[in-house]
Amino acid sequence: MSEQMTAAPITQAAFTQAMLDARQPVPEGLLDGQGHPAGRRFSVYRNNVAVSLTEALHEGFPVIAKLLGKANMDGLAGIYLRAHPPKSPLMMHYGEDFPDFLAGMEQLAHLGYLADVARLELAIRRSYHAADATAIDPDWLGAQAPETLMMARLIPAPAVQVVRSPWPIFDIWRFNTDDDAPQPQAQGQDVVVLRPEFDPQPAPLDPGAATFVDSLHHAPLGAAAEQAATEVPDFDLGQTLALLLGGHALCHLTHAPNEQDLT
Amino acid sequence: MTTQQAASHLPARPGVGYKPQHYAAIMEDAGSVDWLEIHAENYMGDGGRPLAQLRHLSEKFPISVHGVGLSIGGEAPLDPDHLARLKHLLGWLKPASFSEHLAWSTHDSHFFNDLLPLPYTGATLQRICDHIDQLQAVTGTQMLLENPSSYLAFAESTWAEPDFLAEVARRTGCGLLLDVNNVFVSATNLGFSPQGYIDAFALEQVGEIHLGGHDEDTDDHGKPLLIDSHGAEVVDPVWALLDYTLDRAGPKPVLVEWDTDVPDWPVLESEAARAATALARLPMAAQ
Repeated sequence: MSEQMTAAPITQAAFTQAMLDARQPVPEGLLDGQGHPAGRRFSVYRNNVAVSLTEALHEGFPVIAKLLGKANMDGLAGIYLRAHPPKSPLMMHYGEDFPDFLAGMEQLAHLGYLADVARLELAIRRSYHAADATAIDPDWLGAQAPETLMMARLIPAPAVQVVRSPWPIFDIWRFNTDDDAPQPQAQGQDVVVLRPEFDPQPAPLDPGAATFVDSLHHAPLGAAAEQAATEVPDFDLGQTLALLLGGHALCHLTHAPNEQDLT
Repeated sequence: MTTQQAASHLPARPGVGYKPQHYAAIMEDAGSVDWLEIHAENYMGDGGRPLAQLRHLSEKFPISVHGVGLSIGGEAPLDPDHLARLKHLLGWLKPASFSEHLAWSTHDSHFFNDLLPLPYTGATLQRICDHIDQLQAVTGTQMLLENPSSYLAFAESTWAEPDFLAEVARRTGCGLLLDVNNVFVSATNLGFSPQGYIDAFALEQVGEIHLGGHDEDTDDHGKPLLIDSHGAEVVDPVWALLDYTLDRAGPKPVLVEWDTDVPDWPVLESEAARAATALARLPMAAQ
């Protein structure tokens, strides 16, 4: 008993350090049931943490995992999870730094599109968990006089996400999730993630449309269209509106939740 | 023995850990399953399918909210953002029970997605009680605290685990969640009697019992090392330990957890049916 009373406390800092670095010795004072040093019993925690976070990255970035192959993904995850452990117990958010991490890996420099494909996968996950909102009725929109419509504030639903890329990220994503998808073409693609009900659906955007969607967050419809037209003179408002309405992507300002809640 | 059901309004019937892939099967015919348990952190998003499913399930079934991320045993103060999220979830869902773990999972603002072990000392006891007092005050909910699976022991510990948990319950007024598989895993790994642990446990404070599957490994000395994986059927010795526990505790809500390699619904439902059989043989069973 006196021996137990004098055992030095193991801080959680020391436990954590040894847990994340298998080269470190197991902290003294951890035992099996017979008073022997815990030895590889400590590896259970090392293993649980590494495996659970690696699995979370596989689940969160299935296309990246497919593009890299399991062994490479596991290796990258092992580096990432030690450099960027989750900052929140909400695992639905884990991997927010993963695209930037991929972009910074020199040995992946020849796969320039990886980081943007990872951003698209992150956008799909954000869309899945985003707040629900009441989408505007296309009939309402059709009944408005053009000048009323141009002054209307129609803001993107919280589930709407936009990812811009100089790479064909929609084609790459589809090629790796749909057996019937065509080969990706060498062209940049802006992508919008729509969530008509509960399942996020990425769709490629026409040139200028990403600016239009982003502008809707702070500008009336007409001003947002003008913003897009300064970038792409032949921006097709009708086609982009049809895509967004079909994806239940636009809300009346008053029907959307407070945007501060969405960060 | 007291008939008081501590800190839980769950029925003394079988429940299972809810997995979204079972949604349609559960809504159609839940079989032996009378209630469901969710992991709190999976329902802290802003919306979408998870919350919609949970709303529908809660109209049909009592729900138990089981937190896996608060890090009650952490040396740092509880995360105020996470406390607020728990308060929000418990506030709108009004679950039949809320539980968390005797463990830590966050250090230096990093979350490790695992339940890490604690030394059972006076300092740990004080910290756990302070955190539970704060949690219960903020959420206005009496919670259940779950016994862990142990793979190792701390030389610095001065309390036996059942006594430590009983003292936390006594000081904070929280109830206890007794995971019978965790008892079996820890007893095997650390070489104590699982029945002796149950005998020492404050069974009158138990508001819920957990069952689950584990994996088998060995330590440096070739001794069995069981890993609490929740990835397989509950083994016969754990079912026997459930009977031993129920004989002493009386009927309790019994949950089957299956979190990895999740099987099709009929397999999980048959585990719940086995729990129903264990409850039905009790003379004190309600029905």
